[in-house]
Amino acid sequence: MFLETLSNLPGVSGDEARVRRAIVEILKDQPLELKCDTMGNLYVRKKGSARDSRVMLTAHMDEVGLMVMAVEKNGHLKFKAVGSLDSRVLVAKRVKVGPDAVPGVIGVKAVHLQKPGERRKPFTEDQLTIDIGASNGEEAEKYVRVSDYVSFDSTFTAMGEGYFRGKAFDDRAGCAVLLELLLDPETPPFDAVFTVQEEIGSRGALVAAYTLQPQRALVLEGTAAADTPGTEREQSGTVLGAGPAISIMDSSVIVDREMLRELVHTAEAAGIPYQYRRFTGADTDAGAIALSREGVKAAVVSVPCRYIHSPHGVMRESDFHHTVALIRAWLQSGTGK
Amino acid sequence: MEALMKSLCEAYGPSGEEKEIRALIENAVKDSVDRIYTDNLGNLLAVREGPEPALLLSAHMDEIGVIVTHIDENGFLRIAPVGGVAPHLLLGQRLRFKNGAVGTVYHEKLKELRDLDWSKLYLDLGAGSAAEAKNVAQIGDMACLHQPFDSLNGRYMAKALDDRVGCAILIETARRLAGAPLPQAICFLFSVQEEVGLRGATTAAYSIQPGYGLAVDVTRAGDTPKAPLMEVSLGKGPAIKVKDSSVICSPKVRRFMMEVASQHEIPYQLEVLERGGTDAGAIHLSRGGVPTGALSIPCRYIHTASEMVDAADIQNAVKLLEILCRTSWSEGVS
Repeated sequence: MFLETLSNLPGVSGDEARVRRAIVEILKDQPLELKCDTMGNLYVRKKGSARDSRVMLTAHMDEVGLMVMAVEKNGHLKFKAVGSLDSRVLVAKRVKVGPDAVPGVIGVKAVHLQKPGERRKPFTEDQLTIDIGASNGEEAEKYVRVSDYVSFDSTFTAMGEGYFRGKAFDDRAGCAVLLELLLDPETPPFDAVFTVQEEIGSRGALVAAYTLQPQRALVLEGTAAADTPGTEREQSGTVLGAGPAISIMDSSVIVDREMLRELVHTAEAAGIPYQYRRFTGADTDAGAIALSREGVKAAVVSVPCRYIHSPHGVMRESDFHHTVALIRAWLQSGTGK
Repeated sequence: MEALMKSLCEAYGPSGEEKEIRALIENAVKDSVDRIYTDNLGNLLAVREGPEPALLLSAHMDEIGVIVTHIDENGFLRIAPVGGVAPHLLLGQRLRFKNGAVGTVYHEKLKELRDLDWSKLYLDLGAGSAAEAKNVAQIGDMACLHQPFDSLNGRYMAKALDDRVGCAILIETARRLAGAPLPQAICFLFSVQEEVGLRGATTAAYSIQPGYGLAVDVTRAGDTPKAPLMEVSLGKGPAIKVKDSSVICSPKVRRFMMEVASQHEIPYQLEVLERGGTDAGAIHLSRGGVPTGALSIPCRYIHTASEMVDAADIQNAVKLLEILCRTSWSEGVS
């Protein structure tokens, strides 16, 4: 399964090469045109007899993670977050450091040594270090260096009845949806871009949209689900099992109203379950794309995912398949042109 | 011009939902220009042909509003802001949807009023059930403030004077210039999505590639009881912007505007706005950079249902803008 392969790969913003290589490997023998730009965006054109399509579908390859900022004398590594990360999810998590995936764990002062005040407040990034099992700085530097990327060390697992657990579903879920659509002979031609550096401000998408100059763009995302105990229904942006989440607006874009209607009509006509993303915060690549050149009509469809931006997300297999089905139907309806 | 202002202010048009206000403006301005078109994001561009480089005049069509995020089983709607809306200013206000449906906003039980935030607000359409509510509004639908335009003693009070007053000034200027030869091409841009981050002006400026830019928008006034310091008052003339958080206006453009105003004895004020932005912010950064200025109408109670401006400031703004359009910018701005 593509999602499993992609989810397991490290690919923090700016370090997407392994994810990109895996995608190229999956696509290389297909009748597709592949191209990479200087930033690392991967462009894939699904060719057809019809004239070149002007619709662009994107998903970002990068994930949130950390970067090594200093190697301490005691062999521990200081780090900074890359992308938006809640430092409370970091304590005691397994990580992989650098190109050689050196195993490590995020450590913190032992609980019995923590002062009462410290116990009450969550630890911040500055109070945490990465422990790679080095007795001193010199030993640590044999394995890692300042500037190394750090990603969560989580393994994709199927669990329960039709649920997946894994890291980086934001946005490897979108990447996997895009792969399904590219490999499906039934979908009409379109341009796909696997973008870089979304988590630090949609930097890849900015360049990709300028390059491709599409008329319309559909961004495929993994978005936060909030159907956890204690959350009121009206506060839950999306829920698992209710199908793809169609955005109405987020802090970077107001979804083009025509595309919004098309997506909803497509889902209803095809009997595909869908939900609105009932939350209007957070940025997506759609913001950067919409403002490219003379302007691009843009929409966002997401696979809902719990515990996003943490080492372990949970998503539902049926939501993934319904997302693929919705986008395929939308492309086939001809409105996707 | 009062009738025009009234129809523009009362029209529906939150950011991203500018279709109705656009049709209204297109109708009002189309006979005064050489061509008019709508672009991919919904910006309305009305062009007077003439020598390049062109002058881009911008006023935004969109207004602040709310968007429906949830409909509960009893038919109450949950909402999120579109643009800079303070939740407490919505309490008891009426809101209107595109289809004309109206409702009001109130809050859940609160311990203290300062606990008020968007999660505590709901919109009541008078619906008795989710089904009834959904007949009227869907998730993703937007509503604007619902308030009539009032003409006071030489002042106007309405919702959405930010920036329908700018739209009215551009339309009136285009009408006065109709048929007259111009020293430069002029593009009247009625932009979309200004309230959510100058988005329409960003893409329009890219496609127009103007030589010069000028945004016409409202600015804060500091002439109310114990107001935070702001050296702008209603009735003392339109304000020539020095800076806000989106732009430092081209000193050359500003000087040119001040000179023309002085020569023609048009009163003006200088504006330094500490927080807030205008389309000028997007225009001046387009492509290789565009010398850009801004003309602001002093306005009280911005982003409320009762914004207030002075009629004389509007008249003086039109006067100044008309003369600026009849003057060569490539000669004047140096």
